[in-house]
Amino acid sequence: MTSGSIVAQITDYANRADPYPLYAELRKTPVRREDDGTYLVSTYYEVRSLANDPRLSNDTSNRPAGHGRPGQPAADSGLPPSFIFTDPPVHDRLRDTINRPFGPPHSPRFLDGLRGELAKVVTELLDAFEGKDRVDIVEDFAYPLPVTAICKVLGVPREDEPLFHAWADALASSVDPHSGDDGGPEKAQRARQELGAYLADLIETKRRHPGAGILSALAPDMTPADLEATAVLLLVAGHETTVNAITNTTLTLLRHPDILERFQKDPELAVPLVEEVLRYEPPVQFVPWTTALADIDVAGTTIPKGSPVWLMLAAANRDPRRFEDPDRFDPDRKDNEHLGFYTGIHYCFGAPLARIELHVAVPELFRRVNFSRLLEDPPPYRANAVLRGPRHLPVAIEGLTD
Amino acid sequence: MSADTDVEVLRREGRVVVVGASLAGLRAAETLREQGFTGSLTMIGDEPYEPYDRPPLSKQALLGRARPEDTALPRRRDIDAEWRLGVAAESLDRDAKQVRLTNGDIVPYDRLLITTGTRARPWFHPEEAALDGVFVLRTRDDSARLLRKLTAGVSRVLVIGAGFTGSEVASGCRERGLEVTVAERGPAPLVGALGGVIGAVADRLQRKHGVDLRCGVSVTALEGDDVGRLRRAHLSDGAVIDVEVAVVSLGAMRNTEWLAGSGVAAGPRGIACDAGCRVFDVNGIVTDDIYAAGDVARSPHPLFDYQFLALEHWGNAVEQAEIAAHNMICAGPDRRPHLWLPMFWSTQFGVNIKSVGVPTLGDQLVVAQGALAEERFVAVYGYRGRVIAAVAFDGAKWLGFYEQQIASGAPFPPEYRAVDRRTETLHPIDPAFPDPHLPTHGATVTLTGHSPSERRVTFVPSHA
Ligand SMILES: Cc1cc2nc3c(=O)[nH]c(=O)nc-3n(C[C@H](O)[C@H](O)[C@H](O)COP(=O)(O)OP(=O)(O)OC[C@H]3O[C@@H](n4cnc5c(N)ncnc54)[C@H](O)[C@@H]3O)c2cc1C
Repeated sequence: MTSGSIVAQITDYANRADPYPLYAELRKTPVRREDDGTYLVSTYYEVRSLANDPRLSNDTSNRPAGHGRPGQPAADSGLPPSFIFTDPPVHDRLRDTINRPFGPPHSPRFLDGLRGELAKVVTELLDAFEGKDRVDIVEDFAYPLPVTAICKVLGVPREDEPLFHAWADALASSVDPHSGDDGGPEKAQRARQELGAYLADLIETKRRHPGAGILSALAPDMTPADLEATAVLLLVAGHETTVNAITNTTLTLLRHPDILERFQKDPELAVPLVEEVLRYEPPVQFVPWTTALADIDVAGTTIPKGSPVWLMLAAANRDPRRFEDPDRFDPDRKDNEHLGFYTGIHYCFGAPLARIELHVAVPELFRRVNFSRLLEDPPPYRANAVLRGPRHLPVAIEGLTD
Repeated sequence: MSADTDVEVLRREGRVVVVGASLAGLRAAETLREQGFTGSLTMIGDEPYEPYDRPPLSKQALLGRARPEDTALPRRRDIDAEWRLGVAAESLDRDAKQVRLTNGDIVPYDRLLITTGTRARPWFHPEEAALDGVFVLRTRDDSARLLRKLTAGVSRVLVIGAGFTGSEVASGCRERGLEVTVAERGPAPLVGALGGVIGAVADRLQRKHGVDLRCGVSVTALEGDDVGRLRRAHLSDGAVIDVEVAVVSLGAMRNTEWLAGSGVAAGPRGIACDAGCRVFDVNGIVTDDIYAAGDVARSPHPLFDYQFLALEHWGNAVEQAEIAAHNMICAGPDRRPHLWLPMFWSTQFGVNIKSVGVPTLGDQLVVAQGALAEERFVAVYGYRGRVIAAVAFDGAKWLGFYEQQIASGAPFPPEYRAVDRRTETLHPIDPAFPDPHLPTHGATVTLTGHSPSERRVTFVPSHA
């Protein structure tokens, strides 16, 4: 394998179903320089330390020319960058503000209060399995739930979902550094603009007629542009990642019948099981948009100031120096401090929501549905190498328990 | 019998006695069992309760988010110990290898672990200290008493001393909607632990939250009414304040008196031990059967000039206890040093304060990230040109990085670019610690020099 080819292989769709051998190869050089000057960091301790290093910037304006692509806010979308692509103090200000209606200490019960409603959605979705002998876990289950959840959280009308579905998809694929043939940056830019316009209208309405959801709560505290950018981010992030997490969990369990059997007898296993999926098949595989603000010494290599840095979360999650027998799916793992939700100040904002969704959805799915088998293994994947997950997960089922 | 078989016998059927049944004691006991110790384990504690957690007492408990009686420490595992609670150790006989309790019982040991921690420094005037309305805050009972008083309805609380505990109490009382006066002898809150520059930030924070903060003054007398209830406090600047509650937060005193005459190097500054938690005797000779951990211990640390460090830090108690437990039951070459990097946190006035390293050793300071004026920053302390400590206000996530900088002796001031650095070049300033010869309270780290006992060694260089 020649150096420089590995990024091409990781982003190559042919390897989407199983990128893990490539990650293992990558870990042999924990800090690896690509020909274009990009540094790939793939081992656990190194990724963790960089993610917490103040010399590493998420602000894409620090990127050298020609490296701006992944996730870069489209200059002419008219929106400021969303907080994931900012550094403190802007990042902290935005994130703190958004957190106020979303989580503790100010709103300790907000997310928990969604549980009941999400459980109801789960029941409805599963009821619809009645009489079928095959379902697509993605379309019929994993997708509708997070979408409902994020609509609830933001206060976006669920009926508008078909409207913004395509925009969200286009934006999600724009974080993929090599999303070659699906329209490229122009498409993402357009999507951001259109979604932005849709949300701007909605936010304006909420300013006049406050309702449920955090957009209403935030409207008085944020500039319209910041709020719009934030809403775009949350809507997109809330769309793709949890879908993948739920689908990956289902796929992984169906591939491990022994664990599935245990889980059906002991629903308490849900918590460690979900954490293990987040380690084993993280919904965000890598973070390709950070930049070194200074020379940084990592594992004997100096990443020069100005270099683009990719943090390979999925590779780090399977680092044998950190996790014993890392390629084994093992919900009994002790001390499972995976990087599935990243770490540091950019630690996934939606993690608590994602966990609630998973904890509501997964046990109920496996309690009620009598699975017989996977109809396609591996299933067809989405193009996205960063937000990696099956596009469809067709399974054969044999009836439903009440 | 070889040393190895000794250790084997000890692990199998030895008698380990732990004096001080709190955080350090419990974690040590758990570690002993985890590492296969099957002998007898006795836990002696003068409080009547099983080990509980103290940090919530000045935080969540004050706000009614956790009841003081519900702060029992979670157990990592069963420790199968004999608990002697509600009875204090009174003396130690090293020759006979036994601990004598206040009820007359004698407890023999093969290995002794001392984790007697600290107690609150009481108000200096015993009669005034006994007034109804005068409190300290160290134990569960202290906390329950204070809470009862606060919920009974009081108009103004006086906090004496603005170290960490005092500041947390002030913050909690403000959050409860009470009027609070804080009297601090130093020039600013937290000055003993973090210096005057950061102290000024804490000062602003308190005032912003409506605390009547009075610095540079001390409370000279507490005055009660005929029935012994606190009524007024007199300050050194002549002011008189009407108060019903005074919380005395003047720092801690180490619980070492019971060791007087035992021949171990124990005094007001703690119990001197080596990096492996083995206690020194007064001659500076290390014992091999007596260990110390937690707030009561002080030990040399190579990153800080091998000075003896005494830390009042939760994390230190846990880590040191684990090391002590490990070392107690293994052969010499397997022993591990306690080289924990000091780490401390506090929550007050809605701000998370966290420090790593030893700020009090710092001779220079820079604001490496954020801004003091925003009360959100990381300040880095330098000592002779290297990074020695860092403190974050609402920036705890960065401290892992600075911990690495301290551990690797990184140069000070830091010169690299970092996110949220507000100036191109960093100009170090004096962190403004008070003169170390003046008594301070509320410091959470004390550097106690090289001497293991009160008798000091003086190095006299020969003249060439
Ligand atoms: C109100 C408060 C808030 C705090 N907040 C924080 C914080 O936010 N962050 C942080 O890092 N740290 C904090 N700390 C400090 C932390 O609680 C201590 O570092 C920790 O409790 C030390 O544990 P230890 O086991 O060494 O000692 P201790 O917890 O003091 O336990 C010693 C025990 O030994 C007992 N004892 C004493 N003498 C004898 C005797 N002769 N015989 C038998 N038993 C005896 C004592 O009664 C006590 O139960 C706080 C402390 C207090 C009091």
